[in-house]
Amino acid sequence: MTDAARLLDGPRGPKPTRRLSRRNIILYGTLSVMALYYALPLYVMVVTSLKGMPEIRMGNIFAPPVEITFEPWVKAWSEACTGINCDGLSRGFWNSVQILVPSVILSIAVASVNGYALSKWRFPGSEVFFTILMIGVFIPYQVMIYPIVILLRELGLYGSLWGLVLVHTIFGMPLLTLLFRNYFTSVPDELFKAARVDGAGFWGIYFRIMLPMALPILVVAMILQVTGIWNDFLFGVIYTKPEIYPMTVQLNNIVNSVQGVKEYNVNMAATLLTGLVPLTIYFISGKLFVRGIAAGAVKG
Amino acid sequence: MRTTDTPPALREDSSRPPNPLFRNLTAKLASLPMVLTALVVFVGCTGWTIVHSFTGSKLLPKLKWVGFDQYEKLWNTRRWLVSIENLALYGIFSLCFTLVIGFTLAALLDRKIRFEAAFRTIFLYPFALSFIVTGLVWQWILNPDLGIQSVVRSMGFTSFEFDPLYNASIVIYGLLIAGLWQGTGFVMVIMLAGLRGIDEDVWKAARVDGIPVWKTYVRVIIPMMRPVFITALVVITSGIIKVYDLVVAMTAGGPGIASEVPAKYVYDRMFSSQNLGQGFAASTMMLLAVVVVLIPWAYLEFGGKKHD
Repeated sequence: MTDAARLLDGPRGPKPTRRLSRRNIILYGTLSVMALYYALPLYVMVVTSLKGMPEIRMGNIFAPPVEITFEPWVKAWSEACTGINCDGLSRGFWNSVQILVPSVILSIAVASVNGYALSKWRFPGSEVFFTILMIGVFIPYQVMIYPIVILLRELGLYGSLWGLVLVHTIFGMPLLTLLFRNYFTSVPDELFKAARVDGAGFWGIYFRIMLPMALPILVVAMILQVTGIWNDFLFGVIYTKPEIYPMTVQLNNIVNSVQGVKEYNVNMAATLLTGLVPLTIYFISGKLFVRGIAAGAVKG
Repeated sequence: MRTTDTPPALREDSSRPPNPLFRNLTAKLASLPMVLTALVVFVGCTGWTIVHSFTGSKLLPKLKWVGFDQYEKLWNTRRWLVSIENLALYGIFSLCFTLVIGFTLAALLDRKIRFEAAFRTIFLYPFALSFIVTGLVWQWILNPDLGIQSVVRSMGFTSFEFDPLYNASIVIYGLLIAGLWQGTGFVMVIMLAGLRGIDEDVWKAARVDGIPVWKTYVRVIIPMMRPVFITALVVITSGIIKVYDLVVAMTAGGPGIASEVPAKYVYDRMFSSQNLGQGFAASTMMLLAVVVVLIPWAYLEFGGKKHD
């Protein structure tokens, strides 16, 4: 049984001992029904991925497995086919890791320097560029994807891993820059001035004072970027080629492929595997995840 | 108030560089990625696409002007019209339901209940998942032969029908179920933050005056949370216009063209049917839609402040 499913049992039991009032029944009843809607897909994913195909064909999608088998997981990881390649999702996983690591590092590095420059080293026009960046958040990607293909081709990066890294850095920039700018603005100017008087320069202050202070926001930015980049589909499908497709693209190709018999258990194991990275981050980071997405929503 | 370009301590002793362009050169160089992104990508690429939407580009972008031909053709294409209709339907429903569900969940969680953290965790976890994962799970749950439909039928309701992914007239609601599952938790979090920001005295005053709880929400709390609602509105809307992955994973636009959306039209025209001009025109229309939504918001948000 999953954790999520076990948590569901809480409010429905006789626990609210003091008052089993009508108000409480409605309150906890509504919440439990809603919780069921949210928890159900995760439960179905887990349960389906542990059943054999005969059991799936015969039985109920919500029933727990009679006979637990891990074969679908093994198959999804190392044997599932996309086109002629039958080396499973593991390839997509490692591709995603290879895309993820440089993208997260580069995007956070660039954005933190931006935020630092925008808050402490403003130069004529810096706010204009920042405003453009903020407006850019709202431009649909579809408007920019084709010219970027041309740009990447000119740079010799189209279809390569680094091209995608660059794209993630560009499109992660507005939000992260905002995040870092707001954070660094709250650092007292006196501290900055004192460092200047002591002879520290742009980079000296950045590495020795600002970056060490920015640890909490760095973690938030990392959570934001890891989930965002891991979950990306559109950029992966446009800017890479089949050999280096990220996990989401490969997953879609495996599950929605038209040839062959549909193996729902393998499909669900593959889906769960792809969701595992962001889910792990979500369950571990808890409040920080919430802070990250809230920071993204509340514009400064 | 804020540090000027050069702190005074330095301005006096160093001989002023001849060109102000070189003042704080390091800071400017370090901002180069931002400047390039803003100018080349956000301004340049957007402008490039708009300009090229007035050309007859097919396989390759060409500056062969055709005026508004692409737009005319676009609005005479059935698939585009279906896409727009779907987006409008999906958008309106998604907006209403997300706001209502998001607010209701937040309000319920704010009633000082037990297990709040557990409920919050359950409501929000789908937001960590990608639209691809979301679409594939719901595709499986909504599978007519083995999913919900078959389970309900096996319970004795043999004529029960619920196959949104194979029924063109209700496929959009299938997408909606999945989309709401993924996104409402996020709006709930924004709403909950807004509710927590409301002064406890407001509640006390309402209680003293004997105003029922629901009435306090409708008359007092929701009007007070206007900025939160507007933020949620903008976040949801900009998300809706971009809807793409979910459709690809769940229905691939089908059955037929019943669940096509504009973002998918753009992608298909640009990258699979080699009709760049159509793709550019369609994406420019998407941009226009965003502008139409955002300008009133920007006016309310930033224009309104001046009157205060």
